[in-house]
Amino acid sequence: MNNAKRPRDLPALLYSSMLRIRLFEERIAALYPEQEMKCPVHLCIGQEAIAAGVCLNLEKRDYVFSNHRGHGHALAKGAPMRPLMAEFYGKKTGCSRGKGGSMHIADRENGIPGTSAIVGGGIPMGVGAALASSLKNDGRATVIFFGDGASEEGVFYESFNFASLKKLGVVFVCENNFYATNSHQRSRQAACNIVNAAAAFDAHGVCVDGNDAMAVYEAARGAVAKARGGAGPSLIEAVTYRWKGHVGPEADYERGCRPKDELMEWIERCPIKRFRARLLETNAMTERDMDAAEASINEEIDDAVAFAKASPYPDASDLLTNVYAAMQ
Amino acid sequence: MPWTKIYANKTEFDRAGGQKAGLRGLTYREALLEAAAELLASDEDVFIMGEGVDDSGGVFGTTLGLRERFGNRVMDTPLAEGALTGIATGAAIAGMRPMLVHMRVDFTLLTMDQIINHAAKWHYMFGGAFKTPLVIRGIIGRGWGSGAQHSQNLHSLFAHIPGLKVVMPANPYDAKGLLRGAVYDGNPVIFIEHRWLYEHIGHVPEGPYAVEIGKGIVRRPGTDVTIVALSLMVSESMQAADALSKDGKEAEVIDLRTLKPFDAPLIMGSVRKTGRLVVADTGWKECGIGAEIISRVAEEAFDSLHGPPVRVNLPECPTPASPALEKLYYPGKDNIIEAVKTALGDATAAR
Ligand SMILES: Cc1ncc(C[n+]2csc(CCOP(=O)(O)OP(=O)(O)O)c2C)c(N)n1
Ligand SMILES: [Mg+2]
Repeated sequence: MNNAKRPRDLPALLYSSMLRIRLFEERIAALYPEQEMKCPVHLCIGQEAIAAGVCLNLEKRDYVFSNHRGHGHALAKGAPMRPLMAEFYGKKTGCSRGKGGSMHIADRENGIPGTSAIVGGGIPMGVGAALASSLKNDGRATVIFFGDGASEEGVFYESFNFASLKKLGVVFVCENNFYATNSHQRSRQAACNIVNAAAAFDAHGVCVDGNDAMAVYEAARGAVAKARGGAGPSLIEAVTYRWKGHVGPEADYERGCRPKDELMEWIERCPIKRFRARLLETNAMTERDMDAAEASINEEIDDAVAFAKASPYPDASDLLTNVYAAMQ
Repeated sequence: MPWTKIYANKTEFDRAGGQKAGLRGLTYREALLEAAAELLASDEDVFIMGEGVDDSGGVFGTTLGLRERFGNRVMDTPLAEGALTGIATGAAIAGMRPMLVHMRVDFTLLTMDQIINHAAKWHYMFGGAFKTPLVIRGIIGRGWGSGAQHSQNLHSLFAHIPGLKVVMPANPYDAKGLLRGAVYDGNPVIFIEHRWLYEHIGHVPEGPYAVEIGKGIVRRPGTDVTIVALSLMVSESMQAADALSKDGKEAEVIDLRTLKPFDAPLIMGSVRKTGRLVVADTGWKECGIGAEIISRVAEEAFDSLHGPPVRVNLPECPTPASPALEKLYYPGKDNIIEAVKTALGDATAAR
């Protein structure tokens, strides 16, 4: 059980965290047609409650391993916007100095030790970071975000078994948005019951509404406490939906990728709209608080975009640096 | 042979008289689609597996509509590249002719154990008892910040392995013919396509035909230097050769087509004539296919070389995402021109 106190302003924190992701992603979608951001972007609009709900349980020193759809995870973990935006613009001031692009986010300071764009690639690396924590006994928790598609990769099962065997402090968070690119979960999975994997490895598993920030928060709260307490890994399957196409700023139903009705249903279940209504009902936040939060986030985004656009590109001499690390 | 020329688009093809001569122009992607459709239609043992082969994008259009026509012989798959490669290998041993498709060749890296420890060796390890007629298609991405994990050139890695064959068609005619050649080769064939070739157009005959694996082709005869090129570098080399010709330097351009086993006699014959060699590769330099070609020339035609061979490759680093660095990363026709000048001992060439 997690005995740590919930922050008093938890609802407001969840709301701002989700809104920060949403507005950031929407800005990218708006700017993308300028074609100055020359890299593929995988937006997480619609899925914000998962990143926000999980990461509010984490400390700065805890690790987050993300995937190709990783902007929200980084923001929720506390990554500042400037280096992210600059990375997407291919600039030297980017979080990966322009070498990575939007699929390869890193923020050492804030516990994001790099991101793989190979589906499932981050899963064993996260388990490895947790192994390091266990060997050092440093009490860190490691969260690994991955998709329903990634749950099909063999490496997920191999990694989960190892984490469970060694009682590592891992929280596996599967964001089940039902699709891998354009393929529905039903055409890829026999059981469509991802959370069941936990039972196979004698670990704790829970399936939550991934569009309910508070439900995600509570599920992650227990799992993170287990992770810190040496009680081994957990699996959270968070059910959600991505609003945009697999990659890029547009919805994909027009290209025949998915049914429009399905998207409309999920837009109705918008995690932010729902949460907002609940906050107002319970007087946890006023409209004015919300407007103020939104204004300050927009300022942060304006600043990040201006910073990114004004930043220099890497120099020609940067091409061949960082291939090998210096000897220590 | 009209199909030895490559056109960047339909207009160019028509302007060159393709239409007038009654020749049918197809894009590289259409050629691949047609080849797959013909194979599926004529042979019940052929089937296609891959992530998204049945979706609205149809692997950049190369599998569009095949699911509707051929049903469950065109299957979408879970994200499980490693297992699927073994599954395809098993099916091949059991009498099928699978084509496994990866949207990016980078994803084959998850499957190396099944390819190298299994598919490549199954014939040899059991004294020839089994055949593995398996085709693995992988597409090379490039540009728009594809980055380090989505734009690699891995052909030389595969070309190192006995038991594997590796082909890289550089034009629509070969894309269609080599796919058939690969399916009926009887061995595991790594079939590598370049995304930037997909819009290239050229003459593609209707009906089935196979291009023989292991045979390169002279795309342009010349006397002064031999340029051995593969994949996208073939069209870059043709442009380079045109430019050099204006300077009075005649380059012979060889399209390698198959990397393993590569057409050594064709290359030796050309180098014996020209005495100079440039290898233009889409991949990295060290231990790459260029190193092998040049070694072989040194072994078999050393005396005919008038000077050191020159290679055109990627810089020795992963693909950077920034457009500023991407621009510096990829060599093209200008680099080939420089390389030719260097090979010819031109003092003005920037080394
Ligand atoms: C090993 C591997 N296979 C395929 C791909 C291509 N790819 C990138 S994202 C993706 C879908 C992933 O689906 P999921 O894990 O559910 O994440 P989502 O995109 O839904 O967030 C695919 C197939 C890849 N990057 N890596
Ligand atoms: Mg998914």
